[in-house]
Amino acid sequence: MSPLKIQQGSSKHSAYDLRDPYSEVLETHTLAVLVDNEPGVLARVIGLFSGRGYNIDSLTVAETDHQGHRSRITVVTTGTPQVIDQIKAQLGRIVPVHTVNDLTVEGPSVQRELALLKVTGKGDARIEALRLAEIFRANVVDSTLESFVFEMTGAPDKIDAFADLMRPLGLIEIARTGVAALARGV
Amino acid sequence: MSQQMTGAKMVVQALKEQGVEVVFGYPGGAVLPIYDEIFQQNEIRHILVRHEQGAAHAAEGYARATGKPGVVLVTSGPGATNAVTGITDALMDSIPLVVLSGQVPTFLIGNDAFQEADTVGITRPCTKHNWLVKDPNKLAETIHQAFHVATSGRPGPVLVDIPKDVQFATGTYLPPKKARTDHYAPRVKGDIEAITALVEMMETAERPVLYTGGGVINSGPGASQLLCELAEATGFPVTSTLMGLGAYPASGRNWIGMLGMHGTYEANMTMHDCDLMIAVGARFDDRITGRVNAFSPNSRKAHIDIDPSSINKVIRVDVPIVGDVGHVLEDLLKIWKSRGRKSNREGIESWWKRIAEWRAIDCLSFKPSKDTIKPQHALQRLEALTRDMDRYITTEVGQHQMWAAQFLGFDAPNRWMTSGGLGTMGYGLPASIGVQIAHPDALVINVAGEASWLMNMQEMGTAVQYRAPVKQFILNNERLGMVRQWQELLHGERYSHSWSEALPDFVKLAEAFGCKGIKCDHPDDLDEAIREMLAYDGPVIFDCLVEKHENCFPMIPSGNAHNQMILGEAETQGVIGQSGAVLV
Ligand SMILES: Cc1ncc(C[n+]2csc(CCOP(=O)(O)OP(=O)(O)O)c2C)c(N)n1
Ligand SMILES: [Mg+2]
Repeated sequence: MSPLKIQQGSSKHSAYDLRDPYSEVLETHTLAVLVDNEPGVLARVIGLFSGRGYNIDSLTVAETDHQGHRSRITVVTTGTPQVIDQIKAQLGRIVPVHTVNDLTVEGPSVQRELALLKVTGKGDARIEALRLAEIFRANVVDSTLESFVFEMTGAPDKIDAFADLMRPLGLIEIARTGVAALARGV
Repeated sequence: MSQQMTGAKMVVQALKEQGVEVVFGYPGGAVLPIYDEIFQQNEIRHILVRHEQGAAHAAEGYARATGKPGVVLVTSGPGATNAVTGITDALMDSIPLVVLSGQVPTFLIGNDAFQEADTVGITRPCTKHNWLVKDPNKLAETIHQAFHVATSGRPGPVLVDIPKDVQFATGTYLPPKKARTDHYAPRVKGDIEAITALVEMMETAERPVLYTGGGVINSGPGASQLLCELAEATGFPVTSTLMGLGAYPASGRNWIGMLGMHGTYEANMTMHDCDLMIAVGARFDDRITGRVNAFSPNSRKAHIDIDPSSINKVIRVDVPIVGDVGHVLEDLLKIWKSRGRKSNREGIESWWKRIAEWRAIDCLSFKPSKDTIKPQHALQRLEALTRDMDRYITTEVGQHQMWAAQFLGFDAPNRWMTSGGLGTMGYGLPASIGVQIAHPDALVINVAGEASWLMNMQEMGTAVQYRAPVKQFILNNERLGMVRQWQELLHGERYSHSWSEALPDFVKLAEAFGCKGIKCDHPDDLDEAIREMLAYDGPVIFDCLVEKHENCFPMIPSGNAHNQMILGEAETQGVIGQSGAVLV
């Protein structure tokens, strides 16, 4: 474990954070968790969420430092401020966890997700799908006479919006990676 | 420097270099190479238990009584799964354990091989950390890391799973100094600003209380001493959780007794009405808080804990201080002294007057009896006859445990071992053996209930084999007393399966094990029987037949607040409401 980095930005430690700690309102936070890429580390993180009844909205993980065998887990979770603080503290307790950063309260961040969407259709619907894809800057990565696979990256709500538009136009399958996120600036 | 040796030899070498003197274990196919190495040396003593759960509890007892990590060695599959309850118990009570388990050879892992179990998978949620070692060159380092993790920060159990081929293979041994452990370095010094903020509150508080827990004991004897100094210097009353008993002496001036569900009236009222609560190494467990939204409503709260996740988990506090209790108390005292040792003398004086009024209720009083032994009376006599001895107490789980906490006094840390967090029946007997192995000449008593005691009674064989003169003081009510009490309060006196039927004859059982049995069923014979137990140079099973329907009071019924304690039988009707009934 790291000495937990909860001072920075966490709801109870930041002087600038005006959120009500007693609030029962649910908040969605994006956490970046840097871990040793050792066997079972993902099971530990997931086991923590399931064992203690926390939500995982999305989770991505990959080794980001091959030499140092470090992986970055980006987890989006929802809970009251108190629960979010507990999640961060509990994550910080896991031995192979180095740092826990709450990108939602530690200043602006960029959040991106990759999605693949399969849309089937003919005629006008097919043309409309293609036109919308252009507006959303989605790429066609596969096509047959009756289908497209679109690839798009963006913030999750942008992907949601695109998927909503595609649904009546023949969206039959969607694969999403979950959010990857970095703090802006240095 | 680097030495080549087999994995099995490395295990023993690493244990030696970690200063291990005793291992509690049980052999089997997957750990035979390690047992072979144990056979060929004399530095490390191996205690053969009778069940792996017993090994884990014995190691817990050893750890709690010495402050050193307990070491357990078990085989793969059933050996490891049998240890799981003990490991979980250690996790809940923050006891440092290093568990070494054998595993099927690496090339068979995942094949459902004979005696294969996914031991790291099974123990992941019940250890602080665990490792499966597939490379003999990493084995020694992993074991050193295991000791480091188990004993630093908030202590806890760790497990190292060692496949049999790794035990046979040759690799490079790494001494403890060369093992990388820097990555895990929990913070021990508290934030000075926060400590100063607490001191400021202490200077003006009118109704302060020190609420202490197992963290004080885990922090080492120095922390207990600092706590005493703080209490004496400030005049603040001190209460403690079940886990923290002994950190502040029960004979101390400021002691107001244990708090919580079966704590004293004065301790719980003090908590409820205080204006400054200082939680020291305690974690606001549900046995302590009662109804959370009615918990100490008018106080400001500070919380000293080495585990950041304990802070604001249950109760939101005003001053969180992450750090080791000993370090923080040292700084706290320094700052308080440097600012002129101020406290609100007048306020505290009248606070003590109120506490005296609560104390006058005499919440632990019970109806004495001339012809049946009241369990409380049995403990009062045990206390009177052993208080001045070099004494260690373990307990099982149930009413007897709560009475032991209420009626036995502890003046020093590490002398009271009980299963608090998990509440594991079957803990006390093996734990008492672990304590006795650590302190061969001390008096070690397990205050037991007959039902709990039966859960690991096979360990009597261990006690006899190693001549561990543990005294098993069984308060035999022929009932699952605590269950019966809840059924009386909560389930319309329908005593579903809370009888201990077909109990063994404990005296004959003692004879069968080759130790001494004593039976006592009359108050007039009690003192003499206890003296006989104490005088006997060997393990004793003491069957103390007590009142069968005694209830443990005082009690905060589930779902109630600290100031809604019930003090005795007359107040028990309908005390637990619908919402309380779902709580355990
Ligand atoms: C392993 C385990 N199973 C079940 C329980 C639930 N339980 C708590 S106390 C108790 C009864 C204990 O009876 P006994 O040991 O005779 O103690 P008494 O309460 O009678 O003093 C039970 C069944 C438990 N704590 N642990
Ligand atoms: Mg009983």
